Amino acid sequence: MIKRFLIDPVFGIAPPGLVLPPRERAAAAPGQGRDGVSTGFAHLVEPGAVDLSHGVILYLEDITVSFDGFKALDKLTLAIDVGELRCIIGPNGAGKTTMMDVITGKTRPDSGRAFFGQTLDLTRLSEAQIAHAGIGRKFQKPTVFGQHTVFENLELAMKTDKRVRCSLFAELDDQDRDRIADVLRLIRLDGQAQRQAGLLSHGQKQWLEIGMLLMQEPRLLLLDEPVAGMTDEETERTAELFLSLAGKHSLVVVEHDMAFIKQLGGKVTVLHEGRVLAEGDLASVQNDPRVIEVYLGR
Amino acid sequence: MRTPFLVRLYRALGPRWAAALGVFAALALVLVPWLHLAVPRDHPLHLSDHFVTLGGKILCYAIVAVAMDLVWGYAGILSLGYGLFFALGGYAFGMYLMRQIGRDGSYQSDLPDFMVFLDWKELPWYWTGSDSFLWACFLVLAVPALIAFVFGFFAFRSRIKGVYFSIITQAMTFAAMLLFFRNETGFGGNNGFTDFKRILGYPIWAPQTRVALFAASALMLIAALVLARYLVASKFGRVLAAVRDAESRVMFLGYHPLWYKLFIWTCSAMLCAVAGALYVPQVGIINPSEMSPANSIEIAIWVAVGGRGTLAGAVLGAVIVNLAKSWFTVAFPEYWLFFLGLLFIVVTLYLPEGLVGLGRRLASPFAKGGREGDFAGAASAADSGEILPGPPFAKEGVGVEGERA
Amino acid sequence: MRTIALLLWLLALPAWAALDPAVVRRLAADDFDEKLAAIGQLAASGDRLAERALQAMAEDNLYVAGDQVFYKDGDKAMDAASGAALPAEPEGAEGVVVNNRIRGELANALAGFRLLDANPAVRLAAARELQTGVDARMAPMLEKALAAETDAQIRQLLSLARAQAHLQSDDARQRLAAVKTLAQSDNPNAKTLLLELMAREPDTAVRQAAGQSLKAVERRLARAENIGRVFSGISLGSILLLAALGLAITYGVMGVINMAHGEFLMIGAYATFVVQGLFRAYAPAWLDAYVIAAVPAAFAAAALTGMALERLVIRHLYGRPLETLLATWGISLVLIQGARTLFGPQNVEVANPAWMSGGIELLPGVVLPWNRIAIIGFSVAVLALMWALLNLTRLGLFVRAVTQNRPMAGCVGVPTGRVDTLAFGLGAGIAGLGGVALSQIGNVGPDMGQGYIVDSFMVVVLGGVGQLAGAVWAALGLGVVTKFLEGWTGAVIAKIAVLAFIIVFIQKRPQGLFALKGRFAEN
Repeated sequence: MIKRFLIDPVFGIAPPGLVLPPRERAAAAPGQGRDGVSTGFAHLVEPGAVDLSHGVILYLEDITVSFDGFKALDKLTLAIDVGELRCIIGPNGAGKTTMMDVITGKTRPDSGRAFFGQTLDLTRLSEAQIAHAGIGRKFQKPTVFGQHTVFENLELAMKTDKRVRCSLFAELDDQDRDRIADVLRLIRLDGQAQRQAGLLSHGQKQWLEIGMLLMQEPRLLLLDEPVAGMTDEETERTAELFLSLAGKHSLVVVEHDMAFIKQLGGKVTVLHEGRVLAEGDLASVQNDPRVIEVYLGR
Repeated sequence: MRTPFLVRLYRALGPRWAAALGVFAALALVLVPWLHLAVPRDHPLHLSDHFVTLGGKILCYAIVAVAMDLVWGYAGILSLGYGLFFALGGYAFGMYLMRQIGRDGSYQSDLPDFMVFLDWKELPWYWTGSDSFLWACFLVLAVPALIAFVFGFFAFRSRIKGVYFSIITQAMTFAAMLLFFRNETGFGGNNGFTDFKRILGYPIWAPQTRVALFAASALMLIAALVLARYLVASKFGRVLAAVRDAESRVMFLGYHPLWYKLFIWTCSAMLCAVAGALYVPQVGIINPSEMSPANSIEIAIWVAVGGRGTLAGAVLGAVIVNLAKSWFTVAFPEYWLFFLGLLFIVVTLYLPEGLVGLGRRLASPFAKGGREGDFAGAASAADSGEILPGPPFAKEGVGVEGERA
Repeated sequence: MRTIALLLWLLALPAWAALDPAVVRRLAADDFDEKLAAIGQLAASGDRLAERALQAMAEDNLYVAGDQVFYKDGDKAMDAASGAALPAEPEGAEGVVVNNRIRGELANALAGFRLLDANPAVRLAAARELQTGVDARMAPMLEKALAAETDAQIRQLLSLARAQAHLQSDDARQRLAAVKTLAQSDNPNAKTLLLELMAREPDTAVRQAAGQSLKAVERRLARAENIGRVFSGISLGSILLLAALGLAITYGVMGVINMAHGEFLMIGAYATFVVQGLFRAYAPAWLDAYVIAAVPAAFAAAALTGMALERLVIRHLYGRPLETLLATWGISLVLIQGARTLFGPQNVEVANPAWMSGGIELLPGVVLPWNRIAIIGFSVAVLALMWALLNLTRLGLFVRAVTQNRPMAGCVGVPTGRVDTLAFGLGAGIAGLGGVALSQIGNVGPDMGQGYIVDSFMVVVLGGVGQLAGAVWAALGLGVVTKFLEGWTGAVIAKIAVLAFIIVFIQKRPQGLFALKGRFAEN
């Protein structure tokens, strides 16, 4: 089973939000500068940094998204605290994936505001800029680079300057290799580093994708059905991993697996028809008559 | 502590490539000139003018094939507009060659013949400086690069890919062809440029010049291969292949696919243009039919025949198809289109990985293939004996938007 | 000059009196100007004898021997001045020489005579003919015709013609009236005349009026030109639609671009050629009906070829759209070379049936040819059939299902393989129908389909995949816009502009005009 000290060496190198090593600092800043949507960060003291002064990492306020009259999100309001592990549940079509799309910049809301920290307006940034700012996303369907090896998948995800010019001349140093090796151990793929990712099992791909998220060193992880297709044992290990990440990172987990959510134990938000139906710990939510009605049907 | 660039370049090549390129350089730079210039004409080993010209021409095609393979094989973007960049390079250099004619043209005028014919009194503004070799070289690179950059920027920004991109590039080269067919465009209309006399002051049809052009083409091909090897072996190449396989994932990792695609696309357009510039003095003519959609799509079949996603395959395909063409069009001119058409069909149906892939498949029972340095869709499944999860390139986007994340 | 003509006319009022032999003799003068003057005098007379003399002159049947001017009627020689038969053909006769200028003058003069014909259709045709090249000497004759004319349309035309004649009048008031009348003209000639007048006119009032009239004429001309462009745009659009409908089906259903699509047009056109040949050989009496027989033949030929290709090639490339692109390009090369081998590399001749030649003249200079009108009607019919097929039949239901979600359609029991083949055959067949249409307006040759793939694809992109209504609007829009751009900038720039427009358009609306939105639209 996973021990917490295993994780520390990984993130001990560059704890998010703390002082970065010089190479990283150089790398993080220009990524924002070049992307150049100046309106978003005009008043930032340190460009690219996330202002967490109020203890909240993500604000969604009155977000509405509609597709041809159908409201996928209807004035959704949600706030995630720094270091929080939040589970989101809801029946199909409740707007969970659309919410993730809005946060990661894939879908632009028709109205409403989305802020990362106090200052970064997510509705104005591109997908790559949002990823740079520190939001990592795991897709519902595990998406890894099937033609690349596991090692290369992690290398591509590694936090660094991701502009063309840097990729052209990029070289891995020993520190980088260590980081990749640590994550490989963490996701239990250390024997498979040179294997093509497309050949992994479904559960292994899920883990690889989580590993890629960790390589990105995001402040906020969005995890869409991370344990779908995993065995019970793998699910349990995933839960432990997530618990060990909470605190250092903020996590938003969308799941259907109630046992898994129970294991995670954090606050639960129920979405229904694009808005928040109930919020609280799992037990209270499960006893909420409105939730029961939604799940059991009318 | 960074490794010196040259060392990395050599490492990217690998010993086999380095050896192969060395042998090729020796052949092209020493043996061919010797056989053409030093061996007497009636000697059986003498290389004829025809052979040297044909060889030089095919080397230019091979450069184009490498350029196309970089974008199609490694980035999964099939452009059917390479004829445009090739021809633009040719036209840019052709302007210089036209000016080198001087007063030796049919009308003994300072202006190129076709302008006298159109009763123009002076050179149009865009011909300014065309008498300078260096300016011509600059134009060869800059004009196609600019066009590729602008076109690519808009196309990639709106995530046009798959067949959309293919067709739009085809439309682009078609439109350019129509434009160049017009006399008023100022590039000789239908007839284009021809009747070249000199290059850098040397007579263009002299054996020495011919050999020099051949050698220049060979050197350029070597340079293109080294550059391409470096690009695909670098992290840049891995990101590019990742963009090909799962563009959304790459974006959510914090990369801008736009700039990656744009870089490789512009690079390959410039490579194409250089090939075009080398091609024109060797064949002695450039006209708008080089931009015809049929020409551009033929380039794709060179790459497909050889093996997409492998640089050796691109070169091999260009050489084989063009040798076949030069033989066929003399021996059975009516059947060349049948042959070419069937080649398209047979290769896509039965040889999706081209001749290189076929060779690998034949060799794999005997040798543990491992991962070749080549990093592409044609990656071998020999690693673990397991079957690949799907056909390579199964994820090529059909439309404007790619896979749903 | 005018007064003399008027005088002559007054003198000539008793219609059957003999002509002045001196004037008739001048028809055969050596000097062309003198001939012209004589023609003018005779034309102004309105005399039947004069008409016959001029008619003979126009037919190169007027001869001169000394002072005797005569024409031949059968084997008899007739005196041109009196219309009486001569006892014998004079010795040493020479034909009267006529040049183009004189021919024009004669045509006008004869039209003037026909203005007095009893048949209104003849008068109308003559009045139309007189809308160009009228000169001052014809004014009296036009006056006379106008006085006798009762038909409003002919009167209108005549008054325009008279106005043209009056433009050369010495009387400023008459010129002013003429200029004002000409404001109602929709003839390009009126514009030229007014411009000429403005250049030489001494009287400011007339000049001003001419300026206003000119504007009115120009407005009317521009409108006519625009109507013509809209029509040719719609006609181009309907051809694009026929070419694109098939592509829209195959692209929608299978997600592949068939580069050989243009060659199905070619197959359809050659099928029309073959049917025409069969009719010529075996049923010449029914030749005019060959087009109707060609429609099913072309559909069948193209559809069968398409289905065979789908089974043999395209099916095996499923999920590899770019390779399908290349393979179908190979197919198109084989088909082109096949057509070359079978029918020769030259264009073959497909003639319009008689009922399709000619056209409706909407306005002077704006002719709507019947073959284009027929094509527009034909594409509307094809569109209606296709709509019915897609929305009212089981095959249509399957096609729509596979277009939207192939795996799901497969799961609920839609035979996706068969649907693919049938849909491909349908798309190819519709392209074949497009070939029938193309054969009626353009060349039929092995390469004819090559240019259409890009255009059809643009229509599909613009309209949105799987959207019939989108395809219709896109085709018509592209057709009309292209024609207008061609009018302003020339064909090449128009083509480039349309291409640039589509690239910009895709930036804004990647899903086409009629986009499906929502969760699944981006798949």
